[in-house]
Amino acid sequence: MDRNRLHNQVASMRRSLFDQLEELQDDTNPNFVQEVVTLFYNDSTRLIQNIEQALNSRPIDFCKLDDYMHQFKGSSSSIGAKKVTNECTAFREYCNAENAEGCIRSFQQVKQEHAILKRKLEVYLQTVRQASQTA
Amino acid sequence: MVLAESGFSSPRNDAFPAGLRVLVVDDDPTWLKILEKMLKKCSYEVTTCCLAREALNLLRERKDGYDIVISDVNMPDMDGFKLLEHVGLEMDLPVIMMSVDGETSRVMKGVQHGACDYLLKPIRMKELRNIWQHVFRKKIHEVRDIESLEGFESIQMTRSGYDLFDDGHFLSGDDTTSGRKRKDADNKHDDRELSDPSSTKKARVVWTVDLHQKFVKAVNQIGFDKVGPKKILDLMNVPWLTRENVASHLQKYRLYLSRLQKESDIKNSFIGMKHSDLPSKDSTASFGPHKAMNMIPDDVPNGTYSFSASNSLAQNVDLKGQGDLKGITSAPVAEPKGALSIDIHDSHEAKSTQMSFDHSLGSVDSAVSFASFNSTTPLQYPWTEIPEIQFKQECEPLHLENGFSQLPLPGPSMIENEANRSRIEVKPLLDECRSNFVEHLGPVGAEDLFPIQSKSQSLNNQVFDLISATKSSMKTQDVGLNYLADSEFALRNLNASGVGVPLATLSEDLQICWLQGDCYPMNYGLQDLECSTYDNPGLMAETPFHLYDVLRFDHEHLFDPTEYYAIDQGLFA
Repeated sequence: MDRNRLHNQVASMRRSLFDQLEELQDDTNPNFVQEVVTLFYNDSTRLIQNIEQALNSRPIDFCKLDDYMHQFKGSSSSIGAKKVTNECTAFREYCNAENAEGCIRSFQQVKQEHAILKRKLEVYLQTVRQASQTA
Repeated sequence: MVLAESGFSSPRNDAFPAGLRVLVVDDDPTWLKILEKMLKKCSYEVTTCCLAREALNLLRERKDGYDIVISDVNMPDMDGFKLLEHVGLEMDLPVIMMSVDGETSRVMKGVQHGACDYLLKPIRMKELRNIWQHVFRKKIHEVRDIESLEGFESIQMTRSGYDLFDDGHFLSGDDTTSGRKRKDADNKHDDRELSDPSSTKKARVVWTVDLHQKFVKAVNQIGFDKVGPKKILDLMNVPWLTRENVASHLQKYRLYLSRLQKESDIKNSFIGMKHSDLPSKDSTASFGPHKAMNMIPDDVPNGTYSFSASNSLAQNVDLKGQGDLKGITSAPVAEPKGALSIDIHDSHEAKSTQMSFDHSLGSVDSAVSFASFNSTTPLQYPWTEIPEIQFKQECEPLHLENGFSQLPLPGPSMIENEANRSRIEVKPLLDECRSNFVEHLGPVGAEDLFPIQSKSQSLNNQVFDLISATKSSMKTQDVGLNYLADSEFALRNLNASGVGVPLATLSEDLQICWLQGDCYPMNYGLQDLECSTYDNPGLMAETPFHLYDVLRFDHEHLFDPTEYYAIDQGLFA
């Protein structure tokens, strides 16, 4: 059945995407994962923009940059986005060394991973929506 | 399964740890949501907020409304460590720090500031499941401390403790009971003096400086060997004071003195070490605090000291280092709840039972080994970035003046080296100072202390002088403020929290030590101490307030004296 298929899809996506988030979803909070994902999605987009801005400003404020990245890293870890989190760690190292070049390069990586993640999340959210519509 | 958020006021014996009231503070909305959900799954009662200030407000509004606080380290409005300190100081609740950053230095900082745990993000639910242990541990230690006796019947505590658990007055009735039992066994105290266990809330005696002075005077008059609570009470001539109050205080005092004794032995061994590390002037007094550390911690009923102690340990211990610690451990320490220092010592001596913070101990231990020199070298103090503030862990009473003279004046011109950063730095300093103080003051005793040891007395005076000096000539900016704030707070707490229990007094001492300790880092460099002798706690208490107004604290809660007392009462009553 279409509904089942969608639900299964959602479930498997969830499993692969989120470490333990799905554990938290239950009857009292049937949309928990979805809510969290949405929150993260919006929040991370904002953070990425902040970082971008900070990177583009001259002179670069490494302190601020580090703060943003720290936030972003924390946020990413919440939904178990390991790849993004790892890139963040690399970025922060460059940041600590005040290596602008390294930061910019590293940030590209971060953005890339984040973009991949975003797409996955979008698909997930979409599937969830579809599943709920057919439910 | 989701438990109702409300309605945990009626205790169910089998409920604990269910219904644990957790306050979660994190600026990341995603995490806030996840944590809330996880905690609810653990059957805890969760309150979330995304601002540190908001959290503090919530905590202050309902003093007994929460059992534990979980906070992120990085927050926009206030540094997590600072929040941690405030919570420890004002509410004495266990605080767990979280961060995506798991660097050892950060974790250590957390522990030093008094965090009872440090979780790394992403946090797993199973990590949250057991956070109740910190609450439980704290209560156990509090009771132990209050009883000031060995052998804690935890079962007794937990059984009846559940009832009190929720209203946060668990200490009141229960510890009386268990305390009484123990006291029966060990005490020469008159049993009937012990308060009726049925009185749920024992009013705590506030052992103010004056009161303690009277006490000490009485003790000296009678002759330390011949003292007895009754005699002391008669001499003191304080109508509202009960024999039991005096008895408990006496017990603490005795412990304190005995520890002092032992510490003096250790001191000698350290002096050598210390000299090598410190600039000449610092060497001498350093042991004072160390000693004090050992002694005082025992009495610290609440956890506030804990982080100080740990800080100090890290700091001071350096001097104390290895040998010292061993010596110190010998002190008969009743569960020094708050005294991390003792714990740390104990740990060296494999007395792990007294360690309140296992993690901290671990880190402290390592800190001890490598922090030693850092702490004593003012400019290199790793934790502080405040230029003038030389974190002197070793409270050297003799050199207090030195410290103060270099204190920058607190004031709007606070060292805003890096806004929060400096504050943050100060905080650890304060903690460390505190611990130092405590240690230092240990022997000296908070309020004017124990004339029995003239040396310590002079120390105290110095300390007080320092404090007043600090207050009057604050040059430290943030640091000063923070000190004041903390000192004030400590002082207030001290005054207000005097409990007629041995521990309470010592904790007071410790608190005062804090005050003084807080000034220490500042003192370190001071050359000319220009304070008048400290003979009035009010002196210290008052000054900071207006300073606070002036200073740009990011801490909005200025320590209003009345509030302090209210707070104190709430904390310790």
